[in-house]
Amino acid sequence: MKTVFQKPKALTDAPLHYCPGCTHGIIHRLVAEAIDALGIEGNTVGVAPVGCAVMAYDYFSCDMVEAAHGRAPAVATGLKRAMPENIIFTYQGDGDLASIGMAETVHAATRNENITVIFVNNAIYGMTGGQMAPTSLPGQVTQTSPYGRDVKHCGYPVKVCEMLAQLEGPEYLARVAVNNVKNVLSAKKAIQKAFENQIAGKGFSLVEVISACPTNWGMTPQKALEWIDEKMIPYYPLGVYKDRSKEAGV
Amino acid sequence: MAKITFSTDLCKGCGLCVAACPKGLIVLAKGKLNKKGHAPAEITDQAACIGCAFCATMCPDCVITVEK
Amino acid sequence: MADKVLMKGNEALAEAAIQAGCRHYFGYPITPQTEVAAYMAKRMPKIGGCFLQAESEIAAINMVYGVASAGKRVMTSSSSPGISLKEEGISYLAGADLPAFIVNVQRGGPGLGGIQPSQSDYFQSTRGGGHGDYHIIVLAPSSVQEMADLTVKGFDLADEYRMPAMVLADGTMGQMMEPVTMGSYQPKTVEKPWAVTGTRMQRPHNIVNSLYLNPEELERTNFERYARYAVIEQKEAMYEAFLMDDADICVTAFGIASRVSRNAVLAARAEGIKVGMLRPITLWPFPKAPFAEAADRVSAFISVELSMGQMIEDVELATRCKRPVYLCNRTGGMIPSPEQVLAKIKEIAGGLK
Repeated sequence: MKTVFQKPKALTDAPLHYCPGCTHGIIHRLVAEAIDALGIEGNTVGVAPVGCAVMAYDYFSCDMVEAAHGRAPAVATGLKRAMPENIIFTYQGDGDLASIGMAETVHAATRNENITVIFVNNAIYGMTGGQMAPTSLPGQVTQTSPYGRDVKHCGYPVKVCEMLAQLEGPEYLARVAVNNVKNVLSAKKAIQKAFENQIAGKGFSLVEVISACPTNWGMTPQKALEWIDEKMIPYYPLGVYKDRSKEAGV
Repeated sequence: MAKITFSTDLCKGCGLCVAACPKGLIVLAKGKLNKKGHAPAEITDQAACIGCAFCATMCPDCVITVEK
Repeated sequence: MADKVLMKGNEALAEAAIQAGCRHYFGYPITPQTEVAAYMAKRMPKIGGCFLQAESEIAAINMVYGVASAGKRVMTSSSSPGISLKEEGISYLAGADLPAFIVNVQRGGPGLGGIQPSQSDYFQSTRGGGHGDYHIIVLAPSSVQEMADLTVKGFDLADEYRMPAMVLADGTMGQMMEPVTMGSYQPKTVEKPWAVTGTRMQRPHNIVNSLYLNPEELERTNFERYARYAVIEQKEAMYEAFLMDDADICVTAFGIASRVSRNAVLAARAEGIKVGMLRPITLWPFPKAPFAEAADRVSAFISVELSMGQMIEDVELATRCKRPVYLCNRTGGMIPSPEQVLAKIKEIAGGLK
């Protein structure tokens, strides 16, 4: 018998601190699998965000930097400019990337900074206990939108891939999900492509991953995956939003 | 034909593997807790496993190793 | 480049940074430090370096954080309101023990303030500036030559002690043209085994981080950092004593204020008043020893500042308030004249009689 599935080497042995059923763990694994598949662990540097994934620096076996909230793309820019031969990725949540770090995100994209951005969109601030995120859905109940997100009062969710696709700069923008086996396998391909693009010197590649937060959504893990299908994906359609090598549409 | 093993103490009992198994072979252990205090996932019929690795694909904690 | 050349302070500083081995500059436009960025924009592409105009001061300091994490010499420059924006990143640099070089060509504040010279960021820079327990090294040039020399020194100290270093200048220092000699610098080379350059699968992963969820660990880290600060206070304090041997009154000033004060001291001496000057060159560490020693000999101190009086507090602390410390100041972009300082010296000298 041969091993057909095991924990990737680019993950350390540290047990993940995420809540039961939180799909951050799946996304960590997909990133690590891409690093393993491309054989780049030794020259990869990751940038961890502020948010639930703040301790991602303990989980990836490659060199890691912990950035201030939202600043990961700027930190990654510095790392890449200092070490163009290294592979640099950021791992960021929705509050980090689409709220406090929006300027850094947009400008790294428009510069076509040759980095890989893994953007975890679970429509909520998890680490601080479930507040409304820039990506929380209209009507979504959170700690800071207890009567549901009122778009007249606090505006609409930010559709990051659609927005960045308007820029000339970025190389690759894709939205995937990790709520079932088929989607996880598609997500794996997109993440690997985002790293391959960097190796080929193509530029800014962002993969938005629709992820579940059972704890703060107040659901069982399995129900949360179903909620992704029912509520999240209709609002955030999956697909490739920009791929300069193909110039494909959605 | 296939064999799956669990790093039981890493399991958080979320049950995503239970739902993912096309053969319905995985359950959360009854009356058993791991070091973390969760009821860990376990396989009921190893011989019936087809090694599709759907369980491992959906596991957020890299608990499952699949051999074939 | 060993010959004397006439240069603007901001340009001399930029050239010195390059000579110190800095090949990465990130900044955002703000008056009155534009020449630093403009010089870097011209020079960096020609020497294989990187000049990048960031989308904000916040992004610029975080790009600095990235390059510093990679173990390379890196800098940013700005002016007061821009430095306030960078303070988040400076706190993170200090918390992650990263060397970096920052320039503040100060202008009047608070708020948007003005664009004329000021020294009112003394508190901000010498007390750390951002949140948390930390210091940065603060160097205060008073000539174009020092703009250059203290820049090289700043890079060296930052690397040696793994912390941010800042040149605290002002609009006058930045714009002033003077002859300057460069080209004989021998920047230090410091090993950086902590840098995140990729494991090459040869070592455990390095982590650059300022997060400690365990309070005991954070306390220990802060204690260790302050033990390092104590060494710096002991070894690295710099100052100039001018006509202090027989002085009865001690004027103290840094940067542009010290140039004005020097003229006033000479004028007072011409009138027979025994006055000297202590000029701190490092503002953190503050040169406490010469002040403590002077407090045993002089009758009074006069702190000349382009602010509402900020360094005066360090003078009072260093002298343990043994002697009165008077303030002679202008603020909001105004500069004290030698006549104003002379008048203050005479007033104090008159009171002593």
